Amino acid sequence: MRSDVDILVIGGGHAGTEAAAVAARMGVRVALVNFDKATIGAMSCNPAIGGLGKGHLVREVDAFDGLIARAADDAAIHYRMLNASKGAAVQGPRIQADRALFKASIQRQLAALPNLTIVEGEAAALRFAPDNVQRVVGVDLADGSSIGCSAVILATGTFLGGKLFRGEERLEGGRIGESSALKLADQIRGSGLPMARLKTGTPPRLDGRTINWAQLDVQPSDDGSWTMSPFTGRRHIPQLFCAVSRTNSETHDIIRSGLDRSPLFGGDIAGQGPRYCPSIEDKIFRFGDRDGHQVFLEPEALDSFLIYPNGISTSLPTDIQMAMVRSMAGLEQCEIVVPGYAVEYDHIDPRALDSSLAVRGIEGLYCAGQINGTTGYEEAASQGLIAGIGAASRFLGREMPALDRSNSYLAVMVDDLILQGVTEPYRMLTARAEYRLRLRADNASTRLTPLALQSRCVGEERTLWFNQRLWEKQALEADFARDFSADQLLRHGLDVKRDAGRMSLYEWLRFPSVTVRDLLAVSRETTWDGDETLLDELEQDGRYAPYIERQENEIRDIAANEKVLLPEWIDYRSIAGLSNEMVERLDAARPENLAAAARVRGVTPAALVAIMVHAKRAQQIRDVAA
Amino acid sequence: MRATDTIFALSSGAPPAAIAVMRISGSNAFCAAEALAGRVPESRRASLALLRDAAGMELDRALVLVFPGPNSATGEDLVELHLHGGRAVVRAVSAALAAFPGLRPAEAGEFTRRAFLNGRMDLNEAEGLADLLSAETEWQRRAAGAMMGGAFSRRIEQWRQEVLVLSALTEAELDFSDEGDVETQNNHKISEGCKKLHDAIRTLVEAPGVEKLRDGLRVVLGGPPNSGKSTLLNALVARDAAIVSDIAGTTRDVIEVPVSIGGMAFLFLDTAGLRDASDDRIEAIGIERTRAAMESADILLWLGEEGTGPDRPHLVEIEAKADDPAHQRKGSRAVKVSAKTEEGLAELVATLTDTAKELLPPPDQYATNARQRDLLAQCVTALAQAASAEDWLITAEHLRQSRLVLDALTGRAHTEDLLDTLFGRFCVGK
Ligand SMILES: Cc1cc2nc3c(=O)[nH]c(=O)nc-3n(C[C@H](O)[C@H](O)[C@H](O)COP(=O)(O)OP(=O)(O)OC[C@H]3O[C@@H](n4cnc5c(N)ncnc54)[C@H](O)[C@@H]3O)c2cc1C
Ligand SMILES: Nc1nc2c(ncn2[C@@H]2O[C@H](COP(=O)(O)OP(=O)(O)OP(=O)(O)O)[C@@H](O)[C@H]2O)c(=O)[nH]1
Ligand SMILES: [Mg+2]
Repeated sequence: MRSDVDILVIGGGHAGTEAAAVAARMGVRVALVNFDKATIGAMSCNPAIGGLGKGHLVREVDAFDGLIARAADDAAIHYRMLNASKGAAVQGPRIQADRALFKASIQRQLAALPNLTIVEGEAAALRFAPDNVQRVVGVDLADGSSIGCSAVILATGTFLGGKLFRGEERLEGGRIGESSALKLADQIRGSGLPMARLKTGTPPRLDGRTINWAQLDVQPSDDGSWTMSPFTGRRHIPQLFCAVSRTNSETHDIIRSGLDRSPLFGGDIAGQGPRYCPSIEDKIFRFGDRDGHQVFLEPEALDSFLIYPNGISTSLPTDIQMAMVRSMAGLEQCEIVVPGYAVEYDHIDPRALDSSLAVRGIEGLYCAGQINGTTGYEEAASQGLIAGIGAASRFLGREMPALDRSNSYLAVMVDDLILQGVTEPYRMLTARAEYRLRLRADNASTRLTPLALQSRCVGEERTLWFNQRLWEKQALEADFARDFSADQLLRHGLDVKRDAGRMSLYEWLRFPSVTVRDLLAVSRETTWDGDETLLDELEQDGRYAPYIERQENEIRDIAANEKVLLPEWIDYRSIAGLSNEMVERLDAARPENLAAAARVRGVTPAALVAIMVHAKRAQQIRDVAA
Repeated sequence: MRATDTIFALSSGAPPAAIAVMRISGSNAFCAAEALAGRVPESRRASLALLRDAAGMELDRALVLVFPGPNSATGEDLVELHLHGGRAVVRAVSAALAAFPGLRPAEAGEFTRRAFLNGRMDLNEAEGLADLLSAETEWQRRAAGAMMGGAFSRRIEQWRQEVLVLSALTEAELDFSDEGDVETQNNHKISEGCKKLHDAIRTLVEAPGVEKLRDGLRVVLGGPPNSGKSTLLNALVARDAAIVSDIAGTTRDVIEVPVSIGGMAFLFLDTAGLRDASDDRIEAIGIERTRAAMESADILLWLGEEGTGPDRPHLVEIEAKADDPAHQRKGSRAVKVSAKTEEGLAELVATLTDTAKELLPPPDQYATNARQRDLLAQCVTALAQAASAEDWLITAEHLRQSRLVLDALTGRAHTEDLLDTLFGRFCVGK
């Protein structure tokens, strides 16, 4: 078959759009296939981007010049820095988006990429090489046409075998009102890839005109000036507020009265749902003693009356949903526009993938997004970025950027997925990152844009912006490398101990009472007219420097184990001393090196040595045979 | 390919000894046993056999035990030959084994490395074994046994679980306190928990280590010249280890004498008498060493004027030369001894063993070695910092450090380094 494009992406969700865009930025020819052109970039659920852990991912995708952060800024009607009172490393920027504006921004950004083609249609089947059934060469569409390519990225979200549940109702589909990708699902299920089912859910949408806002506490957008993408510069659309209501004992009684009609409790849904994002019926069932749960009422758009009630995701029957909503303060007269539902869908076991999200053993096939068992736009977008870079790098004969657990949440997520697999929908948490003190949302550009530049996936504008910023940063660092005494600081009115000695301004930042702006006054006696975010970044670097230095050794140790590569063909069964459980886990995950093997759950030190010895011996035998 | 070689080595102490145990491990171990003993005896049963070399020469009448892999100490086929411990016998059997095709002498720690590689023991057990090997006294054997049985590992695991709980509470503060109304406010609970765990681990860190069991408690004899230190040392160790004379300044250097008393190991140190020796450079150096020895003493026997000894926790005032009417008198707390008549010597020995029991880890309880203590001390520091940190992020980071340290104790982190140091310390044969 003729190669019409280099890379074909199936699915125009958060994963698919990010994958297609990064590959196009890297200069390969890309086609993006989606059921419907109009739903490209759609937010299936909560119209919010970012949050704890997720905000980090958004900033990291942005550092690679991705779409999501800029689309978020284009659509943000409410900004809030979560954990603002805690250390910067765990602060999570979050915005609420106008759905329509978000989608429009994504579509606009895609349209600006010259070598990206959008194809409307259903991808019905993967096509394999006639002489090699392990190599993907194209995709057949449901209308009978086909497109040739050298790699396919599957980013079909919840559409593989998607099934919707609401009370006693059942529907086929990945999202309400949209079809499910049945043909493709059949082919993939038949392909021998390890698959399983998960579920997620969404709350009812409310008519904001029927809410008694006056009765509710409101939460305004914060008054800071930060943006999701530092590249955006400033906030540009009007800010809305959200309000807070609360479930009560009457609500809980209503929910309990409907549990026997719930697909979750009736056993109809087999897939595991996310523990940290439970449905309201789950919350009542598991934390029955709580007297109420907060419900945030978030506007869906500037010019829409739709309200998203965050916190009451449900698949109870519509009449119960109605009664439940109306039992809450401010919602007594409320109308439901679309009732909530749960969706159960197929996902592949991500342990079948390598660190570029390529399916092991099938050439040219990548998977990204919810299909890999994750949940959330940010998680999806991040994987889209990785798979897009993976496929394009492979096509161009380049190395993958050197992402690892010590430099990015992107790598933390990919590593977790491909080594541990999933037992519930995977969501990013800062606790997953052992080096989170250095992985802050505010230093994503510094950490990752240099790698992105090497991968040549950064547009010209951002390259200029980054270089300018780098130049300012270096000037600032040179400034802060100069030594000052406690006396000098005291003379400027800083709160330090007279006997603290003399050290560089950077080192002075270790003292919580000393701020970067104070020191700037000491050092320059003028104001800073460069990038403000650089100051905050430097302050945080200085504050946590002692801890970050301590972690260096740890990271070096891991790097040494990363050099011990474990070949794909290792037969774990033949290693004496490994338990069946270990063999199973190692076999499913196929860690790429010894450091990764050490992270596979249940692998003991003795096992690790055995694996290392076996790998070395097996390699020697191979080398002799070759 | 080395791990498939068959290895052998003497696994008991150096000959001469009553019995010498030769171990053979690997796929050719049973063939070797058959060649030497004429047959492979029933598994796991001691049987007597006449060992001969390839030329038919009689080597020894020995007990032969065979343990088929993988359920042996090394996970491989394993043979033990209990020989009569003379040097000549051990040499002859070693030569016969070395001549056997496919057999070679083991490297240091190789038996344990194999056991470890074959999943027959975890790292703490392996370290317990390392100490067992060099244990020369009953007391040591019992303490090492407790660690090998996994009591130490279980304790670490329990602490690890506690740290995990504290970490989880901290993470809840960090990742969830802003997401609506998760019940947090665990400040007090977390810092109290860190403190409690800190105290528990510190108790173990401060307990005497396993090296004391092996190397012995250091008992230093100190005092002015001619006070009778060397004579007392000779009496205590029951041989003439140190030169005695009535010339002040006879002893010039520190003399170390290991002895076992009541199943406990002691290391006695005789020292140069303390005085102003500014005119004799060699004596001055000796006195420097005396001071250093006294600094390192677990027990200091002080023969000088009462109350003038250095400030040490276990200082015993000795009223020496008790038989000599002109001897220097001390208060009632002092132990009156005459090295000449042996008056009071038994009392002094009893004082020493009582103090030792207080200082040494009790039998049937695990003692930590230097590496373990070092790691646990890091854990203690991290927990103290976690308890006092005001930033949740820093609390979480210190808790993560404590977890890492506990993982390192069970061998999760730093695997290669650790194995190298560990196995390098082993005597050949285990
Ligand atoms: C009901 C529901 C509730 C959710 N709740 C939340 C939540 O509260 N918070 C949260 O963070 N996340 C939530 N999510 C998850 C979030 O929506 C997804 O994780 C994220 O959108 C996944 O992105 P994706 O790119 O993998 O897939 P999607 O965004 O689902 O995109 C898949 C795209 O692929 C297209 N497609 C699929 N198959 C084909 C085919 N064969 N041919 C052509 N096109 C195809 C579809 O049209 C769609 O555009 C929810 C999802 C659903 C469905
Ligand atoms: N009567 C009697 N004489 C003793 C006793 N112990 C030591 N002496 C004598 O005291 C003298 C000094 O004894 P040492 O043991 O050499 O004394 P020291 O403290 O080691 O002296 P330096 O090595 O010079 O510091 C010798 O002549 C001993 O015989 C004792 O218990 N009774
Ligand atoms: Mg002497």
